[in-house]
Amino acid sequence: MYRYILKRILMMIPVLIAVSFVVYFLMDLAPGDIISSMAPQDATEAEIEMMREELGLNGPLIQRYFRYLGNLLKGDMGMSLSLKRPVAEVFFERFPATLQLALAATVVAVVIAIPLGIAAATHHRSFLDGFSMVTAMLGVSMPGFWLALLLIMWFSLGLKWFPSGGSGDFKHLVLPSLALGAGQAGTLTRITRSSMLDVIRQDYLRTARAKGVSEKQVIRKHALKNALIPIITVFGSTFGNLLGGAVAIETVFSWPGIGRLTVSAVNTRDITLATGCIIMFTVILTVTMLLVDIAYAFVDPRIKAQYTK
Amino acid sequence: MNEPVKNDAPVLNIENLNVKFVTEDGVVRAVNGLDLQVGKGKALGLVGETGAGKTTTALSILRLVPDPPGVVDCEKLELNGKDIMGMSTHELEQIRGKEVSMIFQDPMTALNPVFTVGDQIAESIHLHENVSMVEAQKKAVEMLELVGIPGDRAGEYPHQFSGGMKQRVVISIALACHPQLLIADEPTTALDVTIQAQVLDLMKELRTKYDTSLIMITHDLGIVAEICDEVAVMYAGNVVEKGTLEDVFNHTLHPYTEGLFNSLPNINDRKAMLKPIPGLMPDPTDLPEGCPFYPRCQYADEACKKPQQKKYVSDTHYIRCCAYDREGFHIERKEKT
Amino acid sequence: MSRKTKAGEFKAYKKRSFAQEVWRNYKKSPSAMLGLILIVLIIIVAITAQIVYDYNTDIVQQNIKQRFLSPGTPGHLLGTDNYGRDVLTRILYGAKYSLAVGLVAVAISCLLGSTLGLIAGYYGGVVENIILRFCEVFMGIPSVLLGVAIMSAFGQSLAVLMLAVGLVYVPMFARTARAAVLPVREEEYIEAARVSGVSDFKIIFQHVLPNALSPIIVQVTMGVANGILSASFLSFLGLGVPVPAPEWGAMLSSGREYIRDYGYLTTYPGIAIMITVLAFNLMGDGLRDALDPKLKQ
Repeated sequence: MYRYILKRILMMIPVLIAVSFVVYFLMDLAPGDIISSMAPQDATEAEIEMMREELGLNGPLIQRYFRYLGNLLKGDMGMSLSLKRPVAEVFFERFPATLQLALAATVVAVVIAIPLGIAAATHHRSFLDGFSMVTAMLGVSMPGFWLALLLIMWFSLGLKWFPSGGSGDFKHLVLPSLALGAGQAGTLTRITRSSMLDVIRQDYLRTARAKGVSEKQVIRKHALKNALIPIITVFGSTFGNLLGGAVAIETVFSWPGIGRLTVSAVNTRDITLATGCIIMFTVILTVTMLLVDIAYAFVDPRIKAQYTK
Repeated sequence: MNEPVKNDAPVLNIENLNVKFVTEDGVVRAVNGLDLQVGKGKALGLVGETGAGKTTTALSILRLVPDPPGVVDCEKLELNGKDIMGMSTHELEQIRGKEVSMIFQDPMTALNPVFTVGDQIAESIHLHENVSMVEAQKKAVEMLELVGIPGDRAGEYPHQFSGGMKQRVVISIALACHPQLLIADEPTTALDVTIQAQVLDLMKELRTKYDTSLIMITHDLGIVAEICDEVAVMYAGNVVEKGTLEDVFNHTLHPYTEGLFNSLPNINDRKAMLKPIPGLMPDPTDLPEGCPFYPRCQYADEACKKPQQKKYVSDTHYIRCCAYDREGFHIERKEKT
Repeated sequence: MSRKTKAGEFKAYKKRSFAQEVWRNYKKSPSAMLGLILIVLIIIVAITAQIVYDYNTDIVQQNIKQRFLSPGTPGHLLGTDNYGRDVLTRILYGAKYSLAVGLVAVAISCLLGSTLGLIAGYYGGVVENIILRFCEVFMGIPSVLLGVAIMSAFGQSLAVLMLAVGLVYVPMFARTARAAVLPVREEEYIEAARVSGVSDFKIIFQHVLPNALSPIIVQVTMGVANGILSASFLSFLGLGVPVPAPEWGAMLSSGREYIRDYGYLTTYPGIAIMITVLAFNLMGDGLRDALDPKLKQ
């Protein structure tokens, strides 16, 4: 098991190097660089060239990239050009806010989706089933940033229950996590229902009933644990969407997270900050995938057996 | 038509069981007016083709017929004198696995893949015997050993066992709380022939040990001959012939039972042609009003188109066939003496 | 394969084509039909709007006297915006952007991705490994951020938006196609074709592709839905179609400034996005069920 995890972590390294190249390259392609916005109006060519050198922006692309990569491999993500602070420091200052938002949204999604999906499956083709499927479909089809705006309109400007932006106490977290969790809830409800429908027909549930296990326990214990396997898979593969959605939600709610930070870094052509942030996003996503794969082992003994081989 | 006097109260008593499935394509009448009694410590073979309603009958006894689409209607369904039809869900849960258990056809799918076999046995004990989970697990290990699996494998998962081993686990789950009645639904069909014999021997041994009554559902007459005291032959949702093993095997009366025997290869006369029953079982959404077998029966006449009554030829042996109202009627199959 | 059977005289039963079979299954689902009808309607609206309205006078021309007319005002069913432009007209006209981005982007990712996936699945080995690693790199970056990076690298225009959204979904198609090809790779009829000297190109397109078709078709419809969502978000960030084009995401973005007093400017473009995405999702669901009856049961 540990060898498996180690192997997966080692496999991340080439992927991250490739990601850093792609992003660095794209950022370099972008018209205009940060110097033009930083340098004073009356700066001479020579002065601008000096600033370039100071910031490490001189020389051809490949040379600059390998300088960046060399530092990166030593664990140094460089200095943010616009904020004049180490990228790592800026990133980890903002990271908890996004983590908090993503976790809250996941809780919202799971709390809504799992019971709704189970209810839809156990009452297959009933009104409840139809209702939850329509709701889930709307959740999947709705742009997250639009739902965020609607929530602000209704619950913040209209009812004045929650603040319309910023962060701080629990009240600030409610609307952003609802807006971010809704789409995820839609996807999870659909997969929970379909995998429960699949499990409900299995013979081993009949065995459990024949043993005298109550219907509630048959669903919660025997069926759910089997249905979790596809649910976890889908959860893992949509986590990227959740992170992407966080970019949108952070923008709408002025949430001080890494999503908004990354978008503004790209917009100001802060190449080190943008590249660093996107690499870190990739790390988060890859680590989540690994956690998901480890989670399988706890649910499905057949998969656990594969890892230890 | 005299009802034979019952001296011993049967473990199971079914009178006039009807099960139908209401689907979009019509009403499937799976079981139609079935009566069945199983005496204490007796083994009854329930024989018939696929689709005759054997499994549905078994599930009805546990009240596990899926609803919807299943609709169960029964005049009398008693287990140890207790009325099963009138029981609440909770009462049914207390009976299932405790007083009546079931072994299912396919051991490959009958065990939950994400729980250890030990836990799956222990769950039944924990539910019914008012003991702690640890105590139940200890008993589960004993049960495993009883069915010939080393106790230290209790912590393993179903995918680590072979088919025959899995069926042993299923048997130990079913017998964990020593039920009075065990229903085995084709327990050996999915297994290799050599494993079949082992599993059958095991069931025979444990049944004698705990004095459990048994309903053995099968289409294999060999298994019936090996294990059962009584035989009920089912066709299109009802029993067409019932008697002791001797009655049905050696004094076969019903034309359908005759057809079943004629479909078996005979090792002593390999040149003899097999005589399969012509045609198919009637569509259960559109059963004939009279004897359901008459469209395939070589002895059928006009009287067969009317509903058939039970006809006792001895205290233990009855048929549903009006052909014996005719003077001197007999089937072709020779009586063995 | 079919050529050989054609020689026989036997013509007693009618053979239903694959497409007919799928359509027969598809028709049965009311939600799938709703999706299809919505898509047809949206396409008709998008085309008609181009003919009926003039971009310069009806869509972008400002009319300061008629600013913020509330919905329901005669002649302005959904009201007017901060420049006095009719919201309904702009939404109807804007349908073309979402449809174009969704469809073209998916065409790009489907062509590129499926080809890569087919090659990876068919050849295996080193080629497969390289393609899979490539996919891993691009799937590691959250798609929205990759889109943001591409948009800022190549500048804002409709064409770049299509390209950006298209590139983002390439790995998904590659993986779908590869997964569908894998089980076929070892089949004996592929081996037989190879032995009898059929070119790889022909084998891939005649024998391998048909097996991968169903999952790819489903992925296409779902991809259009996701593509429209991504594009509208990039426009919302100001990185998509430049103003004053009535792209729905951009309309939302400018409506946001007036959310306090004129909420309808935010509400309606969002509804338009949702209905369009919903239509493609419904169709995708319906197609998946129709293409694989096993799954439905």
